Amino acid sequence: MSGTNLDRRDFLTKSSVAVAGLAIAPGMVFYDMAQARPAGEAVSSKVRWGMLIDSTKCETGCNDCVTACSTENGLSGGVKSTDSQWIRKVELKDLRTSRMSSLPMLCQHCEHPPCVDVCPTGASFKRADGIVLVDRHLCIGCRYCMMACPYKARSFVHEPLTDQKTEVPRGKGCVESCTLCVHRLDKGQETTACQDACTKAGHNAILFGNLNDPESEIAKRIRSVASAQVRADLGLNPGVQYEGI
Amino acid sequence: MAIRLTAILFSVFFAASALAAESAATPKLDIGKGASDASVQCVEDPKIMRKVHMNYLMHQRDETVHKGIRGSKYSLAGCVDCHASLKDNSVLGSSDHFCQGCHEYAAVKLDCFECHTSKRKVTAEVSK
Repeated sequence: MSGTNLDRRDFLTKSSVAVAGLAIAPGMVFYDMAQARPAGEAVSSKVRWGMLIDSTKCETGCNDCVTACSTENGLSGGVKSTDSQWIRKVELKDLRTSRMSSLPMLCQHCEHPPCVDVCPTGASFKRADGIVLVDRHLCIGCRYCMMACPYKARSFVHEPLTDQKTEVPRGKGCVESCTLCVHRLDKGQETTACQDACTKAGHNAILFGNLNDPESEIAKRIRSVASAQVRADLGLNPGVQYEGI
Repeated sequence: MAIRLTAILFSVFFAASALAAESAATPKLDIGKGASDASVQCVEDPKIMRKVHMNYLMHQRDETVHKGIRGSKYSLAGCVDCHASLKDNSVLGSSDHFCQGCHEYAAVKLDCFECHTSKRKVTAEVSK
């Protein structure tokens, strides 16, 4: 009898350990497959970075995302009227209902970016993981992309710059825009500076993540709540999407 | 006559090669970290780097910008981190500074630093 009990206890102990092992191991394997990109490996279309911005949580008058972007990327923050702006706050008013809403507007990282279509040198390009960038080595500063962008997301650098950040080279004569903090993503970080600032301010209006991973926070939220793309009629399928507009 | 000509040619050749190796005009550069610490070595043999560093950088820039591959040993940030002067953390500024000095000597335009920073990234630990 006692032998049976011991065996049973033994069995339960061992089986609970085994179950715990199973629960952790697949999770870890999944995380590795979904997120980590080994150093030296190129980005792939398995990942598509995107952003979901909840304009109902975005506070009117708060500018923390813009400030954080300037700090992260070494932008001046708009000292001169010609200075670059990668993200800007927009206040909207519905003329029929007088409802006010506030949201940050930035490069929408389109699936079919018009800036890439018009670029004569191939400087404006979409990376495999969905980030739309400017290769400044190829940019000739013609500014066709600025005219093509329906979101007015791009800026031209008019003046010589000094004291750029090591991770964010930028210079006169090139067009530039939001990079989704690509230098962070390439190092394995998975947040952007604007998102961090919004979370820190307690608004949590910006959600950033991998749209292609069905288990990611952003993909789950897009599945469960109504979201909209700005100028969805253009069929560009932006990676940046909005709630409450 | 022929012997004299050959002798002249030889003397000119040796003078030229001696000039190429070392002369009063050869810049004495501030090579940064490697100057005080012999264990700090360049990513390739300095002779190779002098000739082809631009090719390594050109290749690496495309890998990084378009494919997101960072942390390669041929990164410009790596050049600056080692070769910036220990006095002012820069590779530019005077004819003694590493990048500027040699590019002046070779009369080659250096435009990397119109966009990239010429300063070593000084972290909190390093500056202590």
